[in-house]
Amino acid sequence: MQNMGDAFGLALQLVFSGDADLLEVVMLSLQVSLTATTVASLIGLPIGALVAIGRFPGRNGVLIVMNALMGLPPVVVGLLVYLHLSRSGPLGFLGLLYTPTAMIIAQTILITPIVAALSRQVLEDLHAEYAEQFRSLCLTKLQIVQALLWDARYSLLTVGLAGFGRAVAEVGAVIIVGGNIDHLTRVMTTAIALETSKGDLALALALGIILLVIALGVNAAVQSVRMTAAKQAYV
Amino acid sequence: MSDALIGLAPAAARRAQSAAILPLAVRDLVLRFREATVLDRISFDLGGTGCTMVMGPNGSGKSLLLKLLHGLMQPSEGQIDWTGHSATDVTARQALVFQKPVLLRRSVAANIDFVLKARGKDPGRCDALLDHVGLGHKALQPARLLSGGEAQRLALARALATDPEVLFLDEPTASLDPASVLAIESIVGDARDRGVRIIFVTHDMGQARRMANDVLFLQRGRIAEHTRAADFFPEPRSQAARDYLNGRIVV
Repeated sequence: MQNMGDAFGLALQLVFSGDADLLEVVMLSLQVSLTATTVASLIGLPIGALVAIGRFPGRNGVLIVMNALMGLPPVVVGLLVYLHLSRSGPLGFLGLLYTPTAMIIAQTILITPIVAALSRQVLEDLHAEYAEQFRSLCLTKLQIVQALLWDARYSLLTVGLAGFGRAVAEVGAVIIVGGNIDHLTRVMTTAIALETSKGDLALALALGIILLVIALGVNAAVQSVRMTAAKQAYV
Repeated sequence: MSDALIGLAPAAARRAQSAAILPLAVRDLVLRFREATVLDRISFDLGGTGCTMVMGPNGSGKSLLLKLLHGLMQPSEGQIDWTGHSATDVTARQALVFQKPVLLRRSVAANIDFVLKARGKDPGRCDALLDHVGLGHKALQPARLLSGGEAQRLALARALATDPEVLFLDEPTASLDPASVLAIESIVGDARDRGVRIIFVTHDMGQARRMANDVLFLQRGRIAEHTRAADFFPEPRSQAARDYLNGRIVV
């Protein structure tokens, strides 16, 4: 564990020296994972809402699949996206393999089920409270979905956070479709994997500490927004 | 304040435009949950105006009757005839205020705005509606931090925002203080005077005396009696209502 002290020192040194390479890796990590979270939310929230308020044949099957997909292994997602984006794959002509876009696609696929399944639970609970009032007001399905999404917005922030946490922490998918190319597709987790395999454990650990601090910061920001909302009884 | 703004005056005008839904005729209404019959061969008629108080002990089926009339539930048997319309056809022309108001997690004004927009009403009426129920000064406050009486007044304003021809109230003043009860009664009385048909569930004898034109008394899922208020309070016909009015335990 002698690396621990070195790692903290190096982490601080890297951060305060304003290391350009580090900044690039951190920014790309955030850019890829935040974009993936946004896209996954745009797809996953409406799906979660529709399943939450819908009563249709096979709904239980959909719930089981949604919940099961939350545990998608990142390497499997990476492999599937790789197969589609590789030169010989059906989407090879797009030339997206080993680009940040490919990494965003992979992470979006990985976390959309998480956003859909968790938001379904949040929205179903809220709908149980609102349903009778909404039926009395004769709202359309679309109006109900919009109202639920808006009223659950602070709880859904936590859902988004769960998706973001999964995206920013995974390495399996982005390393397969991004390739960990320096200055192009290298993100925090792939850099940590690389430095570990090179034996530069202190640098790997330093990057790990920075990743943890970023995750902590994002969580703290969301938590403070939620607490402000709770004071207004909006949660 | 303009009547058109708070949306109560047009009730009569709208009735003239679209086919009337009053009077109401209910025939042999039965509601069963599994083996239990919770409403049993209910039949009655309601005229086009005034305030009907639905009374009776807990569990006598008052709230369920309201939900059936409003089209929120389907009866097991029997007919609900809103002058040629079924209950589910006319839900949008009615409003229901629940005992425990369900308010959106938004500001007071946003609760009204939401309904006005969702139902294609003039959003400019929001302020007038809030002033009408005495909540104009709380427009920007979070709705779920209102007191019980204020929350119920907001629920009433939201119900009135839909321009209902029939307003159902399910014990809206249960657990409110006397001032809040009077505020609610004043708003409901005002709506009644403007032609909105009121169907009001209550346990509050004083309230029933103040508001009722007629009383529908339920016991164990059946109608014990349906009498004009002027006759009901001095001389109820049924033993159950007599016991209830005299403070004896009725189940």
